[in-house]
Amino acid sequence: MALSANADFKTRLQAWLPKLVLSPSLAMVLVFVYGFILFSVYLSFTDSRLLPSFGWVGWENYSKLWRLSHWETSITNMGIFAALYIGICTVLGLGLAIFLDQKIRGEGFIRTIYLYPMALSFIVTGTAWKWFLDPGIGLENVMQSWGWTSFEFDWIKNRDFAIYTVVLAAVWQTSGFVMAMFLAGLRGIDNEILKAAQMDGASNWNLYRRIIIPQLRPAFLSAFVILSHLAIKTFDLVIALTGGGPGRATELPATFMYSYTFSRNQMGIGAASATIMLMTIAAIMIPYLYAELREKK
Amino acid sequence: MSVASQDTAIRTGRVMRTLIYLVLLLFTLFYMLPLYVMVVNSVKPLDEITGGGMMNLPQVFTLEPWAKAWSSAQIGVEPTGLSPYFWNSIKMVVPAVAISTVLGALNGYVLTKWRFRYDTIVFGLILFACFIPFQIVLIPMAKMLGLMGLAGTTWGLVLVHVVYGVGFTTLYFRNYYAVFPTELIRAAQIDGAGFFQIFWRILLPSSGPIAVVSIIWQFTNIWNDFLFGASFAGADSQPMTVALNNLVQASHGVKEYNVHFAGAILAALPTLLVYIVAGRYFVRGLMAGSVKG
Repeated sequence: MALSANADFKTRLQAWLPKLVLSPSLAMVLVFVYGFILFSVYLSFTDSRLLPSFGWVGWENYSKLWRLSHWETSITNMGIFAALYIGICTVLGLGLAIFLDQKIRGEGFIRTIYLYPMALSFIVTGTAWKWFLDPGIGLENVMQSWGWTSFEFDWIKNRDFAIYTVVLAAVWQTSGFVMAMFLAGLRGIDNEILKAAQMDGASNWNLYRRIIIPQLRPAFLSAFVILSHLAIKTFDLVIALTGGGPGRATELPATFMYSYTFSRNQMGIGAASATIMLMTIAAIMIPYLYAELREKK
Repeated sequence: MSVASQDTAIRTGRVMRTLIYLVLLLFTLFYMLPLYVMVVNSVKPLDEITGGGMMNLPQVFTLEPWAKAWSSAQIGVEPTGLSPYFWNSIKMVVPAVAISTVLGALNGYVLTKWRFRYDTIVFGLILFACFIPFQIVLIPMAKMLGLMGLAGTTWGLVLVHVVYGVGFTTLYFRNYYAVFPTELIRAAQIDGAGFFQIFWRILLPSSGPIAVVSIIWQFTNIWNDFLFGASFAGADSQPMTVALNNLVQASHGVKEYNVHFAGAILAALPTLLVYIVAGRYFVRGLMAGSVKG
């Protein structure tokens, strides 16, 4: 009797064990991710300043936010940055992948070099580019000391151009990764189709345009999703490279949120900006993850 | 690396090939440029840099900037160099990587071999957590760490990194275990093996490669993190990235570029070393995080 009750308990435990093992992670995610999201979204409707406070103010933070020129700058910069960053990384990544796919000698070595920036912290990347682009000691100074005295390159100190230096450093960091994604896609393409098309006299250009690049659709989609999500999250790079300056010329939503929440004591507005960031990423990620997970079933 | 080496059937002419090699070489230089700048300038005296010699090899070779960056440069208010922060990072990274990898392995095991209703939804919830902009959790996390008495501590940072890293580690192990033959598990079950026995004896022995991927990915991400470090670390738990930023952005005194460059290399060295030694696994992690297989 006792023996069978014991066995019964054991089977029941075995049945519950998997869920029990999963539950700490699930609980963590539910509290620290979804609970926190709800909390932050709630704060965005309150009069929180230095500390969280629960006086309901409706949409006031959002309407204030959209009237701030600081936020407008951040959003405009985000538009410029994201468009250029995603566009250049994609074109460069695809181009380099196609070139590397031509039975190149030393391919492995070249790939290693193209990809190493991905292993670095954005703070390191930012530091290196900050001083390299600095007109006082970097490129401009070097060119002038080499005898090209009229050479000028002060983008990083120039309000109208500083955002492009952020693009440059970000492209440097991630384009090799995009290249690797496209290269994996290229290596998956069936050579038989290409050979057949070659027999029919198709030029290389047409092979790429008509057959190969259309087949890379999944790689394009992944690259777009990853790059846009990286773009929206960009924070450390700006902090290290320009500190958001000169003035506010390189502020992005992530740096805006940080300074409004932690140094300007406008937590309600900070939470509102974070909510907008989350919504933007969710709009891109949720359909993508949904499609990926459904396919796998 | 992870890409299969099947070459394209495309044939190119001589001129085209030369052009391709030229472009590839040009980009090799582009990607190497910042590393070159950091390395050569970290071993020369300051006046060689300010005198317009940033691109030149050092005329006088010196390790002084390295020594200064490591042990005596002014970081914030203390002239401690980066070394205490280096150890802070180690103390944070090691437990965070270990815990998140173990949790990821267990989660992946449950989600593939002990499937239950709505398990895909549970996985979706865990996975989406990888991609949220962390700004959305900064405020409540700061409050929560305060409530738990972990504000400003290394253990607080470990907790944060485990929470927001477990999605990726779960993803890796889930995709890896998904293709592991379920018949073996069923057979072991019939032989009376329990939940943990199956995990220990059958799955874990063949999990080497994916464990390496997970460890490398977590190590790189956590070591390189700046946002959480800047938001939640106290004076004696600041990680390397935050300290490096403080060193470089310091507004007082002479800007010692050579020390900054040496410091940047010190901050980059651990992840760079991992990349050089185990680049194959690093790329696999990157790809798995992008093309969800």
